[in-house]
Amino acid sequence: MIPALALVLGVALGLVLEPTVPVALQPYLPIAVVAALDAVFGAVRAQLEGIFDDKVFVVSFVSNVLVAALVVFLGDQLGVGGQLSTGVVVVLGIRIFSNAAAIRRRVFSA
Amino acid sequence: MSRPGRPGGLLVPRMRRVDVAVALLLGLLGFAAVVQVRTTQEEGPLAAARQEDLVQIIDDLDNRDARLRAEVAALEQTRQELTSGTGRTSAALEEARRRTQLLGVLAGTVPATGPGIRLTMTDPDGILGPDVLLSALQELRAAGAEAVQVEGRAGEGTRDVQVRVVASTSFVAGDEGGIAVDGERLLPPYRFVVIGDPATLVSALRIPGGVVDVVEQLGGRAIVDRSSAVEVGALRRLEPPRYARPTP
Repeated sequence: MIPALALVLGVALGLVLEPTVPVALQPYLPIAVVAALDAVFGAVRAQLEGIFDDKVFVVSFVSNVLVAALVVFLGDQLGVGGQLSTGVVVVLGIRIFSNAAAIRRRVFSA
Repeated sequence: MSRPGRPGGLLVPRMRRVDVAVALLLGLLGFAAVVQVRTTQEEGPLAAARQEDLVQIIDDLDNRDARLRAEVAALEQTRQELTSGTGRTSAALEEARRRTQLLGVLAGTVPATGPGIRLTMTDPDGILGPDVLLSALQELRAAGAEAVQVEGRAGEGTRDVQVRVVASTSFVAGDEGGIAVDGERLLPPYRFVVIGDPATLVSALRIPGGVVDVVEQLGGRAIVDRSSAVEVGALRRLEPPRYARPTP
């Protein structure tokens, strides 16, 4: 419940404050958001399966975001930033989908 | 998330540091997601595009710019050509109009006005023949007449008939008196209206043995009026030649 409230609070803060993204962060923020979404979906799935561990969640969340940003950064340095970003998004998207499918099976038994 | 089996309610849960971290991360996620969405919406698709994509887009725009510039140049040139073409055409049209006016005076298709004379010949005895009119016309032409018309009474009425004299004009003796000028029957008194240098015309008519003498020998009278502005208003329809064609 508290994490959900925190999520809502973050959204509200973003809506109210209307900050601008620093230029240095602009290439990484979308990838980081997708990576974090992947971690959240994984956490929800683990929660439903009864194996949720908040330490694991925190570590996986942070490492997901960092690795995604690092991959994009490396891609930019190597000159394949666009393709690598697409790759990261595809992989994370697949993971999100599989997690969502697992959640769906748990919730709807289908 | 409250721990199972722990009392204390939802509003004041006991928080471990990990719980705080989880909440913090999720709050951060919501915040970042909203910020990113807003940024994308505000700055349009280009803000999210990567450098290579932007370079590609700029290249495309440059190419398109070059193409459009070339098109503009071509169209400008076409416009210029059309404009100068219009200028040439209107000049040619103006020249053609001018020639039409000049030739119209000769051909009798436009009215003419200018200094000249009126030569009136009475013929009380009805013996003035077409030869007299013809020689009068020759004299006038030799004296530089530029536009001529012949007037006379039509039939027994008082209405005057006017005939423009052109290159093909003929004078023929009428069947029942009078003279047929280009098929129009004229009865005396005859009158020539002539545009030209009045002094030259008058002296041409008055030379001894000239038109005035001849008419007076035949019993008529020839009266010459000079005028600074006479009007040759009779018109003639232009018939296209049936046989003659301009030599290319």
